[in-house]
Amino acid sequence: MSGLSITEKYLLKKRLQRFVSSSFLYIAVALIVLWVLAPYTWLVISSFSSKIDLLEVPLKIPTKFTLDHYHSIFSAGTAIGEGMSFFTQSLMNSVIITFGSTVLSMVLGVLSAYAISRLRFKGRNQALLIMMISYMLPPIAIVIPGYMILKALSLYDSRFGLILVNISFILPLIVWIMRGFFMSISKEMEESARIDGCSYLGSLFRIVLPLSAPGIVSAGIFAFIASWNEYLYAFLYTSMRARTLPVLLGEFTTKVGIDYLNMAAAGVITSLPPVILALVFQKFLISGLTEGSVKG
Amino acid sequence: MNQSIQYKLGKEENLGKILVLPSMIIVFGFLLFPFLYSFILSFFSKDLARPATNGFAGLSNYIKLLQDPYFLNSLKVTGIFSFTSVFFELLIGVAIALVLNMKFRFRGFVRGLIILPWALPNIVNASMWSWIYNANYGVLNALLLKLGLIEEYQAWLGNPVSAMILVILANVWKETPFTIIMVLAALQGVPKAMYEAAKVDGANVFKRWHYITLPFIKNILMVCGLLQLIWSLLHTFELIYVITRGGPFNSTDILPLRIYWQTFKSLRFGYGSAMSYLTALIIFIPTFFYIKSAYKSSMES
Repeated sequence: MSGLSITEKYLLKKRLQRFVSSSFLYIAVALIVLWVLAPYTWLVISSFSSKIDLLEVPLKIPTKFTLDHYHSIFSAGTAIGEGMSFFTQSLMNSVIITFGSTVLSMVLGVLSAYAISRLRFKGRNQALLIMMISYMLPPIAIVIPGYMILKALSLYDSRFGLILVNISFILPLIVWIMRGFFMSISKEMEESARIDGCSYLGSLFRIVLPLSAPGIVSAGIFAFIASWNEYLYAFLYTSMRARTLPVLLGEFTTKVGIDYLNMAAAGVITSLPPVILALVFQKFLISGLTEGSVKG
Repeated sequence: MNQSIQYKLGKEENLGKILVLPSMIIVFGFLLFPFLYSFILSFFSKDLARPATNGFAGLSNYIKLLQDPYFLNSLKVTGIFSFTSVFFELLIGVAIALVLNMKFRFRGFVRGLIILPWALPNIVNASMWSWIYNANYGVLNALLLKLGLIEEYQAWLGNPVSAMILVILANVWKETPFTIIMVLAALQGVPKAMYEAAKVDGANVFKRWHYITLPFIKNILMVCGLLQLIWSLLHTFELIYVITRGGPFNSTDILPLRIYWQTFKSLRFGYGSAMSYLTALIIFIPTFFYIKSAYKSSMES
C-alpha cells in the first residue's frame, strides 16, 4: 500500500466507497423484493403443498407438491340445479358480472366523459361534480337502503343486480380517467372534421377514441380489477345463486372448521386475473393512477 | 346563418344530456338515492327483529349512539387503525420510492413487481394474512421461532395489542404500493442538475432531502395521505372481518364492521343508518380537503 501515490490512494478510496454504497443499495432492493413477494409466494406455495407438510409443528419448508387442493375446490359441493361445484359456480358468476360491469360501465362512462369534456349543455359542471362526490361516498352508508332497493326490485342475489351496483361505483372512476384523456386531445382536429360534415358522435368514434386508446385500456383495466375485487356489495347482496368468487373465498376463512389449504388454492385463482392484468399493463395503470390521483 | 348556429347549439345541448343521462340514472339509483334514503332512515326506529317499535324516532338514534360504548370504542379503534396505517404507508412508501429511484440492475422489473399487492383482491389479502398469522400452522410463528425471537408458538390474534399491529401490517403491505407509485412519479420531476449542484456545494444526504427532494414531493405526499386515509376509512371491511372479526374483546372492531353487526346481524336498520351517517361525516373531513386540493391542482394545470 505504501508504494501507492496519493492519487492512487484517493482512487482506491473512491472505489471502496462506491462498492460499499452499491452493496447497501442492492441489499435494500433485495429487502424490498422480499417484502413485496414473500407473503404472496407463501400463499402460492401453500396452495401446492401437501397437508402433512403444512400442518406440521414446527413448520418446515414443504418438499412435496400436489394439485390436490385445486382438484378439491373444483369438486367440493354441488350448486343446486346447476350441476357444478360451488367454486365453479362462483367463478362463472364472477366472470359474467365482471365482464358485464366492465363493458357497460366503459360504454356509459366514455359517452358521459365525452359529453362532459366536449359538449356544452346545461348541468355539465353539476354532472362532473356529482361523479366526483359519488366516488367518495362511503359504501357502508349506501348498503342498507341499497339492500332494501334490490329486494324491492327483486334483484337481490341476481347477477344483473350486482352488475348495476358495480356500474354505479365504477362509472365515476371511468368518467374521471377518460375526461383527463379527452381534455388532452386538441379540439382543432375535431372542429375541422365537423366542418367536413362529421357529426359529434362520428368525431368521437373516428378521431377522439383512437387518439385516447391508452386511456381506454387503462380505464378498462381499472374497471375490470375494481369489479373483480369487489367484496362488500357482493357479500351483502347475494346469497347462493349470484355469489361471487371473493364472497366464496371469504366463507372459507370465516366459517367453522376453516379450510386453509383449499382457501390458499381458491385465493391464488381469485388473485390471478387482476394480478396478471396489473403486471402486464402496469404502464397504463401507473399513468392512470398518477394522472388521475385515483385509487382502484 | 344565425338559425343554423342556434340549431347546432340545440343539438349539442340535447346530445350532451342524452349521453350523460343513463350514467346519471344509475349513479342516482344505486349511490345517491340510497345515500339520501339512509339519511332519512337514520331518524327512524327500524328494527326488523322488533317491528312493534318502528316509527319516527327523531334524534334518538344519534343520542343513543353517542352513549353507546361499543360505538365509542369503534371510533377509537378506527382512529388508531387509520392514522397508524397511513403513517406507515407514507413512511415505507417514501423509503422504497427513494431506493427504486436510484440506478440499479433490474430496476424496471423491481418497479413492476411493486404493483402486485395493489392488484391483489382485498379478500385474498385478508385470507393470505390470516393463514400467515394462524396460531398453530402459521408461517409467522415458524419464522419467529427459527429466528429465536420466541420460545413457543403464540396466539398473536388473541391479544388486543398484537392483533391490532397485525391487521395494520396486512393493511400497510397492501396499500403502500400506491404511495410508492405516486412518489416515484413525483421524483421524476426533480431536475438532476439540482442534486449535482448541491453536491458541489457540499450538501449532505439529509440537506439534499430537506431542501430538494421534500419540496418536490410535498404536495403529492399530502394528496396520498388524504386518499389513503379516506380509503382506509371507506374500504376496510373484509380485511378485519376475515382476520380478527373485530376481536379480541372488540380491540379491532372498526366502524364499518360495527355498522355491519348492528344492521345485518342485529337487524337494527335505523340505528345502523345513524351510525353510517356519523361515519360519513368523519370521512367528509379528509374528502373535503382532497377535493379542494384536487380542484386547485386541476385549475393550475
